[in-house]
Amino acid sequence: MQQWLELATVLLFLSNLAMLGLSELGACVRTVAFQGILLGFITLIVRQEGLSVRLLILSVMSIGLKGFVFPFLLLRSIREAGVRREVEPFVGYVTSVVGGLLMLAVSMWISARIPATATAMSSFQIPVALSTIFTGLFLVVSRRKALNQVIGYLVFESGIYMFGITAVGEIPFLIELGVLLDVFVAVFVMGIAMNHINREFDHIDADQLSSLKG
Amino acid sequence: MNAQSIVYSASALLFSPLLLGVINRVKAIFAGRTGQPLLQTYYDLSKLFRKGAVYSTTSSWVFRAGPTVGLASVLVALAITPFGRVPALLNFPGDLLLLAYALGLMRFFTVIAALDTGSAFEGMGASREVQFSALAEPAFLLCLAALACKTQSLSLSTIISRMNFGLWAKDGPALAMIAVAFMAVLLAENARMPVDDPTTHLELTMIHEVMVLDHSGPDFAFILYSASLKLWVMGALLIGIILPVRTGNILLDFPATLLGMIALALLIGVIESVMARLRLLRVPQLLVGAGVIAVIALILILR
Repeated sequence: MQQWLELATVLLFLSNLAMLGLSELGACVRTVAFQGILLGFITLIVRQEGLSVRLLILSVMSIGLKGFVFPFLLLRSIREAGVRREVEPFVGYVTSVVGGLLMLAVSMWISARIPATATAMSSFQIPVALSTIFTGLFLVVSRRKALNQVIGYLVFESGIYMFGITAVGEIPFLIELGVLLDVFVAVFVMGIAMNHINREFDHIDADQLSSLKG
Repeated sequence: MNAQSIVYSASALLFSPLLLGVINRVKAIFAGRTGQPLLQTYYDLSKLFRKGAVYSTTSSWVFRAGPTVGLASVLVALAITPFGRVPALLNFPGDLLLLAYALGLMRFFTVIAALDTGSAFEGMGASREVQFSALAEPAFLLCLAALACKTQSLSLSTIISRMNFGLWAKDGPALAMIAVAFMAVLLAENARMPVDDPTTHLELTMIHEVMVLDHSGPDFAFILYSASLKLWVMGALLIGIILPVRTGNILLDFPATLLGMIALALLIGVIESVMARLRLLRVPQLLVGAGVIAVIALILILR
């Protein structure tokens, strides 16, 4: 079990790096979907005491929403907004990937200083969870397209989720489902907002929104 | 040094051009052609050895020394490369650095021989080669460092002989990442497809081929042979990592590793057939990616 958990954790981190290095919007969305499925899988094996109905429902929700519903919504808005399929980052791809590695280093430094690591099965889980959070934040600020900000937000949420199931464990079921529902609504609303931005300005370049202020 | 190591080294000298033949055959099958004979590289070598070399009047001894030094360096690299459980001819703590720098010396002399011709065209290839190898070398050394940490040894022979399936079961993710990064380095260093197209004759896209355009006759034979030996050296290391058959029976281990080499050549052929060359701007991303993966493997092993 621990081997699988370790493998999934490493894959989660590699998918973060892929997200930082990929140049195509569709590929980024598919990587987010992969992360969602991976998190559902991690949910199933993360607790030592074994499987429960609660974990099973959470896992199914995570796989269903993040693995299939969100990518469907995002790919549809890419199609409808007719955007260029390039990511157009402010920070170059190679720099971003090396930055991702630095984020892991910082996360390892932080996780050595927080007491939550005791409950983790593998010493790699907390650092990867933290660096997923950092990657999400980085994606939000370093990419030009509004769609990328949704993707960054989803990665950010994945990081928090990973941290939650690893470190805290006993979060009430309702709160976890509530968070998933919030994310769902957020993606839905941002999809609509993107369509509006697109209709109004013929692009979804969030950077140019700053020129609106008087 | 023992008899097995000598047999292994002799087999490397004998069989390495075959790898290129296997790769070419796989590519031909994918393209629906019959393809050249499996032994074509041997025919090419014997043809080139019978020819005379032509030297430009503008080139100096550096140009003549290039292929010879290249072959000598790769022979040194071969002498410290283990083959599965068979130790290398020479092994001592720290020989993994010697391996990296023997290959580095080979590249250095190919590059300055190319620059010595004074052709702007070859200078362009040399510049690209140096740029990419500067990115591939850290990845290569990081892979070796991760392996050295894993097996608690600084000698390649010990590292490869301590690899086994138990280690894969225990540290699978880290070893898999090392293997992936090593594969990317192998493809880049041997001028194979996603980085360089060995069959291209379009000037703007060539890297390795353009540097050796002016060499002829035995000099070119040396270069061709060194290239196949280099592929063998790096392939033997990769197979030592991903196919650690260590039954202790030499009659079982040796053919297993040899078959692994052929399988690797098949894999390279498949990669070359299904992938297009990356844009030059994309190549550094691939190599930095390989380096980053090697760093993660190192972190996983060190923690």
